[in-house]
Amino acid sequence: MSGRFSARTLAAVVLLLALALLPLYVDLTGSRFLLTLFTRIIILALAAVSLNLILGYGGMMSFGHAVYLGIGGYSVGILAHEGIFSGFIQWPIALAASALFALVIGALSLRTRGVYFIMITLAFAQMAYYVVAGLARYGGDDGLTIYKRSQFGALNLSNKTEFYYFCLALLYASMYLVWRIVNSRFGLVIQGSRSNDTRMRAIGFPTFRYKLTCFVIAGTMCGLSGALLANHTDFVSPAMMYWTRSGDLIIMVVLGGMGSLVGPVFGAVVLLVLEETLSGITEYWQIILGPLLLLVVLFARGGIDGLLGKVRHA
Amino acid sequence: MTLFIEQCLNGLQFGLLLFMLAAGLTLVFGIMDLVNLAHGSLYMIGAYFAATFSAWTGSFLLGVAMALGGTLLVGMAVEVIVMRRLYGRDHLDHVLATFGLILFFDETVRLIWGPAGLSLPLPSWLNAPVQILPGIYYSAYKLSIIIVSLAVAAGLYILVMRTRIGMLIRAGASNREMVGALGVNIKLLYTLVFGLGAALAGLAGLMQAPILTVQIGMGEIIIILAFVITVIGGIGSIRGAFVAAIFVGLIDTLGRAFFPDLLRVVLSPAAASTAAPALSSMLIYLLMAIVLVVKPEGLFSASNK
Repeated sequence: MSGRFSARTLAAVVLLLALALLPLYVDLTGSRFLLTLFTRIIILALAAVSLNLILGYGGMMSFGHAVYLGIGGYSVGILAHEGIFSGFIQWPIALAASALFALVIGALSLRTRGVYFIMITLAFAQMAYYVVAGLARYGGDDGLTIYKRSQFGALNLSNKTEFYYFCLALLYASMYLVWRIVNSRFGLVIQGSRSNDTRMRAIGFPTFRYKLTCFVIAGTMCGLSGALLANHTDFVSPAMMYWTRSGDLIIMVVLGGMGSLVGPVFGAVVLLVLEETLSGITEYWQIILGPLLLLVVLFARGGIDGLLGKVRHA
Repeated sequence: MTLFIEQCLNGLQFGLLLFMLAAGLTLVFGIMDLVNLAHGSLYMIGAYFAATFSAWTGSFLLGVAMALGGTLLVGMAVEVIVMRRLYGRDHLDHVLATFGLILFFDETVRLIWGPAGLSLPLPSWLNAPVQILPGIYYSAYKLSIIIVSLAVAAGLYILVMRTRIGMLIRAGASNREMVGALGVNIKLLYTLVFGLGAALAGLAGLMQAPILTVQIGMGEIIIILAFVITVIGGIGSIRGAFVAAIFVGLIDTLGRAFFPDLLRVVLSPAAASTAAPALSSMLIYLLMAIVLVVKPEGLFSASNK
């Protein structure tokens, strides 16, 4: 790496710059659709970045991460439904609710590992899904329309460009946070426990507490993404926390490259753009996406980040 | 009282159905160390096959038999084409690859059968209620599900514990290389086991088909319950899956039937009817949480692992 500009860093810089400049391009071409699509991509990239913190760096294979999208989203939706529109009230509640859920679920599921952990996070997320689908007052299965976006003083979230930059700023801030975490002593313990938990405990680290903290941080970040998503679609429904949505988030992380800072953002861009393109070609686009995913798993384990890494060595 | 007995039987029937699904899942995990999310797709395929074949042949039983064979073949094909390449790899790889399979199967089914659901009508001899106790009638079909499932569970136990092939399966689970070195075709054995698991899932699907509609995504809903059962029972343990499945079936069914009434005793009727659907769907997950706190590795964890 020393001083050389690798393909990987170059790609990352280009991507982050391109995302920042996208609204200018949209202004020139007038393609509002692109702005809406990329706002969604950025919001889900934020969720993927948070999942990467536990999955990529911490080795915790959570298959219920979309639940925080739902919790964050429903916190905003329910408060708006009850007539509280201030973002300064809605958002802290969204974050706190996600953190609390992550704390309880994490405390239970981190007692186990491996396949158990996958299945348990999946099951608890599904439990939350059914609970939300049972809330008749808030639309149940049909979901809940949000008539007014969160109010943040001078900031106008209904303005598409302003909202885009708001989401982008939060994404970059989260990536910075993850970068700081990963390179801190705390982050090193988390990564050490991914490689060998027994050894970390033998050295004297109470890894359970470290992992639980990490799990809660990731859940809270994803809750933020949920609050953004609710504001983006002006609608929340149980479908946003269905378990296949958690699968999508995992795909983003693995597609982009696990345990790389920008990887999940790449993954989100690629998956959602691919989805958009394929669904334009055929109604049955998942018949292509499924086997494609299979091929990535079988032959390109490192994801996009891994491929870019190889370019450097070539 | 009549209602209670009926709901208990419903719970038992649902639990046994879940056992079929969980048995295949836990068998494949215990022996091949493979997490198969697409197990629910095989359940769906079984139901679609049964609906199609029985419409073609005009006979319920013939359609069911063909559907079972068909699901077995699909399962074996999936093993040969995909699963075989996943053995020994990371569990995350399994999860992703089989998630890809789910997308593929769901979309293929939509392509072939269209987005609308199918129904599998019952023949008249299964449709009538039968008297099980003096004055108590129960659906003949649900009763036959209970009988068939119990027979399958017994058959599975005999197959795994008492036959030569079962011995090979168990041996293959504890040491794959050694069994292979002794001249057993372990690849074929694995294909058979996977096919067996698929057929069990297909059987569960086609038995459930006349009760619910046959639709895309039916497997994704029920597979979560199968996961809960596997976690409660201990991954890899068929006996655990059986006990846990009965528990989950009973708690889920009885909870949905009687929990709202219980809640009404404590809360106001309005509050109870609001909270009941949400709370009663939480019951089995609470059971799972309790089991995890007491025994994180499940009730009957396979001790050889």
